[in-house]
Amino acid sequence: MDVSQYLEIFLDETKEHLQSLNTQILNLEQEPEDIDTINEIFRAAHSLKGMAGTMGYKRMQALTHEMESAFSEVRSGKIKINSDMIDLLFQSLDALEEYLDNIQRNADEGDNENKHLIKKLQDIVVNGLAEESAPKTTATAAKKKATPSSEGTEKWMEIPLGETEQRVLAIAQKQGKNIYGLTVSVQESCLLKAARAFLVFKAVEDLGEIIMSQPPTQDIEDEKFDLFFNLIVISEYPLDKVIAAAEGVSEIENVRGGILEIDDSGIENIDDVEMELMNSDSMMPMEQNTGKSGQSNTSQGEKKSSKPVVNRTVRVDIEKLDVLMNLVSELIIAKNSLVSASSSEETSARSGVNEQIEYLESVTTNLHESVMKVRMVPIESVVNKFPRMIRDLSKKLNKKMDLFMSGEETELDRTVVDEIGDPLMHLLRNAADHGLEETAARIRSGKPEAGSIFLDAFQDGNNVVIEVRDDGAGVDAEAVKQKAIERGVITAEQGDNMTEKDIIDLLFHAGFSTAEVVSDVSGRGVGLDVVKSKIEALSGEVEVKSKKGEGSTWTIRLPLTLAIIQALMVTVGGEKYAISLGSIQTIEDIKPGDIKYVQASEVINLRGIVIPIIRMSQILDTTSKKADDEDMVVVIVKKGDKMAGLIVDELMGQQEIVIKSLGKYISKCKFISGATILGDGEVALILDANALI
Amino acid sequence: MDELNLMNETTQFIVIQLGDEQYGVDIKYIDNIVRMQHITRVPKVPEYLKGVINLRGEVIPVMSIRVKMDLPVDEITKNTRIIILKLEVHGIIGIIVDQVKEVVTLENEQIEKVSYDGKEDKINYIFGIGKYDGGLISLLDLNAVIMEREV
Repeated sequence: MDVSQYLEIFLDETKEHLQSLNTQILNLEQEPEDIDTINEIFRAAHSLKGMAGTMGYKRMQALTHEMESAFSEVRSGKIKINSDMIDLLFQSLDALEEYLDNIQRNADEGDNENKHLIKKLQDIVVNGLAEESAPKTTATAAKKKATPSSEGTEKWMEIPLGETEQRVLAIAQKQGKNIYGLTVSVQESCLLKAARAFLVFKAVEDLGEIIMSQPPTQDIEDEKFDLFFNLIVISEYPLDKVIAAAEGVSEIENVRGGILEIDDSGIENIDDVEMELMNSDSMMPMEQNTGKSGQSNTSQGEKKSSKPVVNRTVRVDIEKLDVLMNLVSELIIAKNSLVSASSSEETSARSGVNEQIEYLESVTTNLHESVMKVRMVPIESVVNKFPRMIRDLSKKLNKKMDLFMSGEETELDRTVVDEIGDPLMHLLRNAADHGLEETAARIRSGKPEAGSIFLDAFQDGNNVVIEVRDDGAGVDAEAVKQKAIERGVITAEQGDNMTEKDIIDLLFHAGFSTAEVVSDVSGRGVGLDVVKSKIEALSGEVEVKSKKGEGSTWTIRLPLTLAIIQALMVTVGGEKYAISLGSIQTIEDIKPGDIKYVQASEVINLRGIVIPIIRMSQILDTTSKKADDEDMVVVIVKKGDKMAGLIVDELMGQQEIVIKSLGKYISKCKFISGATILGDGEVALILDANALI
Repeated sequence: MDELNLMNETTQFIVIQLGDEQYGVDIKYIDNIVRMQHITRVPKVPEYLKGVINLRGEVIPVMSIRVKMDLPVDEITKNTRIIILKLEVHGIIGIIVDQVKEVVTLENEQIEKVSYDGKEDKINYIFGIGKYDGGLISLLDLNAVIMEREV
């Protein structure tokens, strides 16, 4: 079977399952007895195994199989969870992630068999069961007894029983009928396995009723089985007769069988069971078909309360969305042409056009919003992996720490969410490694022993803010300064003139790391400048605030959307430019005489704040159309705490603009972030205020 | 051009006028030819990049090959056209030409490759000379023309 077309779905779903496993195992560490959690882990492992098997990833399947087996024992209460086991489970997850990475790169799982993990998992099962003294099977409903047999071919014992089957079998048992499990082995030389299997079915059905088979009947008919298959049969005849009938078919190697006893205590209320059945079917569609050794899922009480294993997601091809996006762009362009047409017409004809424009405007705005919403995904998918990371870091660094997250549901553009993971990870690692003090130091300074790291996300106007905060020692500005001088990033004199904030900002400088010892957690000196450049590539910004002894706060500010923005149109030297409204603070009229000089650069004093001003005509290599003694229009823009005044010739008004790339051919110009097409078809450039400050 | 094989020994070129000379542009690179229109200047880019235009909703950079090839600057007339090229490496880009004259079909024998040992700068932008009824045309090596000049 060609499965390559499912590869993408497999990757996505496997990632979801792994994430769910990570989260659940973390929960389990906190509450080792929580049966809901254990069930979910079991299900996720089971689904993973099924999917890996379907896709033909044998090693992945082998590992998940062992995890599932171990959990099956945990679920039945035979093994208790301990911290060694949690560590082992996390290691296994890492190994699975490695497989997944390999698959993603070259559609092959690689050849690391992770034998040591498999061995350890098996040991857990074996040891756990050996320690088991008193039988305390609480949830298993099917006990199977085998007829004595020298060979280990009693595969029928491993058939997972669904609840329907159990119910049927329990009823049959009550009626005094015999229930047999059969393992039929076909001769290796057999050519038409499916045909032989069919004859076996027929022979057995003469004597009784086949309740279920493994693999499922359909698979057997399609010859999708190796050299044996298993049957569960209800019959009034003795076992020997049934076996003999099956063995009567030619090219059958042998048939082994035994009596199956059904514990019907768990199936008192049949109506209830039926209800459960519907729930469980929708939740675990793979349970009945793909399981080989998984124990039947009979823990009934828990199911109602447990959540579905993964979020139901709609996968939409980004390309399709982009097409939709372009359509919206054109609609907006069309609207803009209408606007410019209406302004040139006679007043009498204008009212009708205006109405149309208003309508068009509401349509485009709505369309824009809905398309944007489709592109938005919660940052949950990214931040979910952090609790696990912090736990690992806590062990590795031997510091106690807790991660508190809020606002996981905050939504961002898909492209941004995909990119934001790495920078956030860097900041969290940084907080754990450099931010939080050693436990001993914390106790000395009277702080709680366990450090706290906070990850908060929230929407703020047209931006989404993500804050990484720790209650550690804060940034030692003096140490940073010394280091910067030592590294040649700044000179000693520069250092003396810098404010504490400027010094802390040096942390973002390339090749800078304050950790005395370079650890493999952070401190390679590539972290923070990569964080900064990555976030700036997303049109966002990152800031740090720190108070010595009280901790640091890293603030990432990202735009909600990247494609359509509200902008102020201005002219400079007869050319039109757009400035994003998001970065504009105020617009001021300034007399030429109000310009002061500080260190040979021009500034204005605006209501007590000194703001440097930038003459846009100079920056843009053009000449202002205004006389020197005229009042100047100054657009005050803001980037974080910093402000600047941009002198422009004229204001044209506010407009919704579609951002178009200038293409890679013209990418050198730093302070131009793109272009847009105006109503008259002319191209206007978009000024990047952030790059100007 | 390497991709010419025995089955297809002819190549079509669009003949353009730049100053007094005629140049040929391989038709397979040409996406479109549009009239001269308003070009929005982009600051802080090399002089030969005249700016960007709007081509049916897309923003496309436009360069002057006259400036790039150290010819006198463009004089915009009613014959001036922008040829929109689609190149694998550089994407879509427009070039300004004085005039688009005709389409010629040249057989392989009619193309004479030029060697690159010439001292003149602009010879590097040409991969061959085409001979046809109307005279000689210099065949532009577009990738070399479009490529950014190393400083």
